[in-house]
Amino acid sequence: MRTLSDILQIAKKDLLEFTRDRLRLITFVIMPIFMMVLVGFIFPSQNTLKNISIGLNNNDNSEASKQLVNVVENLEVTQSNKAFKVTEYKSVNDIKAAIKKQEVSGGFAISADFSENIKNNQQANVVIVEDQSNPQISAITSQTLSKVVEGFGQQLGIQKVNKILVTKLPISSDKGKNPGLAFVSPIKTQLEGIIPGEPNYFEFVAPGIMAMVVMTAVLTGLAASVSREKEQGTLDGILISPISRLSIILGKTLSQSIRGLVQGMIVLLLAIFLFGVTIHGSILLVALLLLLGIFSFVGLGILVSASAAEQETATQMLFMFQFPMLFLSGAFFPLQQMPVIMQRIAHILPLTYAIEALRKVVILGAGIADVQKEILILSGIGIVTLFFAVPIFKKLITR
Amino acid sequence: MKIIEVENLTKKFKKFTAVDSISFDVEKGEIFGFLGPNGAGKSTTIRMLTTLLQPTSGTARVAGFDIIKDSDEVRKHIGLVAEKIILYNHLTALENLEFFGRLNHLPIEVIKERANKWLLRLDMEQWKNQQAGTYSTGMKQRVNIARALLTEPEILFLDEPTLGLDPQTAHHIRTFLQELNENGVTIILTTHDMIEAETLSRRVAIIDHGKIAALDTVLNLKKVIKDKKNPTLEDVFLNITGFGIRDTLQKIVSGPKGPHFGGTSQNRVR
Repeated sequence: MRTLSDILQIAKKDLLEFTRDRLRLITFVIMPIFMMVLVGFIFPSQNTLKNISIGLNNNDNSEASKQLVNVVENLEVTQSNKAFKVTEYKSVNDIKAAIKKQEVSGGFAISADFSENIKNNQQANVVIVEDQSNPQISAITSQTLSKVVEGFGQQLGIQKVNKILVTKLPISSDKGKNPGLAFVSPIKTQLEGIIPGEPNYFEFVAPGIMAMVVMTAVLTGLAASVSREKEQGTLDGILISPISRLSIILGKTLSQSIRGLVQGMIVLLLAIFLFGVTIHGSILLVALLLLLGIFSFVGLGILVSASAAEQETATQMLFMFQFPMLFLSGAFFPLQQMPVIMQRIAHILPLTYAIEALRKVVILGAGIADVQKEILILSGIGIVTLFFAVPIFKKLITR
Repeated sequence: MKIIEVENLTKKFKKFTAVDSISFDVEKGEIFGFLGPNGAGKSTTIRMLTTLLQPTSGTARVAGFDIIKDSDEVRKHIGLVAEKIILYNHLTALENLEFFGRLNHLPIEVIKERANKWLLRLDMEQWKNQQAGTYSTGMKQRVNIARALLTEPEILFLDEPTLGLDPQTAHHIRTFLQELNENGVTIILTTHDMIEAETLSRRVAIIDHGKIAALDTVLNLKKVIKDKKNPTLEDVFLNITGFGIRDTLQKIVSGPKGPHFGGTSQNRVR
């Protein structure tokens, strides 16, 4: 009972102190918002294909080429948002020059013999120019352009094949049946996911940001809070009271966890309301996973805070862990894209497991049974690190 | 009756011996002065006696309890006014006192009653609902002393309690300490202020290079000085510790690894 009350007293004091510090309070709220908004808007996705300037060089002023240009100009990725803003140029070289000046992010050129070739049953030529200085936008732009051009070509092909079939073979041209389509594209693929709709990059990245914001906030918060008290001398006041060292650690952890969870909720709310992320799993499970993620980090936080004499040292020591973790945990990039050795390293980090589990719950609506492996690993890491950290903390603090 | 018994207490920080096998006793009810130049080992000794620092060897009994084996019991009987003020700047005086009172498992009514009593006595009553960050050093130190007294400890350790305070506040605190002592509180006081040590303490220990160089009543110590009429405690101190200024350079003290020196600056010289 006493221990519990000691823990609560320390947590309460920490939170009270925290809420009185206006600057800290402001950064506390702004940090997750910044993270979310930045990541949400800077990383390109299909949704970001909006009014991208591209160049056009149409050397063939036929009906067919005009139709193609029309399709590109009117392409809508999301409702009433045109994907491209098309500017005409006199040659491919002009488009390239415009890309160099960053006036456009790509372009396409229709050759002079475009309609002629189509008429003569030859392959017509369209050149897509890409902006290699911006691989991500370029990839999306060129992919979309290729798709549009190919689709347009396919339509032309189907029309041609249909004509042949109707005139040369005894196939009826019933409405609803499109034999030409079956000829041009005999296989139809269909995507089927676990959840309805198409996940975007943001849905992939939101659980990662949430885990990262919460866990790094708690880790730095815990270390900074202990070392700040050490630096200012107030820790002596706590240490000289007849309370157990574990209560000090747990009290500090509790206040930091509350702060972390609040930040996590800010991220979650932003994800839902600003970026349209749907949470398919249980919010309670999300909170549980975040708490376990925090738990898995407490040991490390305590060790750092006990060994660093000053707040600055502690922050620096933690930065050493955090920076690689940011990239290795798969928060922003799928782990599968990394070399095997990096994947192995990633699987030493607790953050990786927390993110994987959160992603399953948030995107795929996984239940507790589906993430039991991650739950076990996170708890395991937490218990083992605490087991070593608490006695070391006791020793370091009075050495 | 002896309330503190120190036996061969030693503290080493790597190769540097901050406190070198010191032994002394403090009588119940006395004000014991602990003097020494910068880096002599005063604060390190105080930190060991208050269980904040683990001795390298030797031990001590405080209020009848071993500082290593029964550190929890020791903590119940002592109050500490350390070199750094133990108050949270963003909390008011009352909130600070309530927090530390709670950590000492005092009922809230008792905390309130004692907080009001000490704040009133130390002339801080009117400021009790202001955040400590808005106080002057003197005001902070008075609340800090009230904090150390919340548990009404038998023994009060004070590490340079009047350093950097104006003469009025320093005088106020000294008078208050005498009053506390008259009410039975044993006081262990480190100071650089010889007049303070002389007016407050009956017995003083002069510590230098981690060893006790002299320990006696102020009167007896003064008798050692033969070449001066009416010698002061400062004469005694300089006679024992020498006139050489202790400013050989040392590494920047950083936290628990480094020895604890007296004074206010963060980076002190040994």
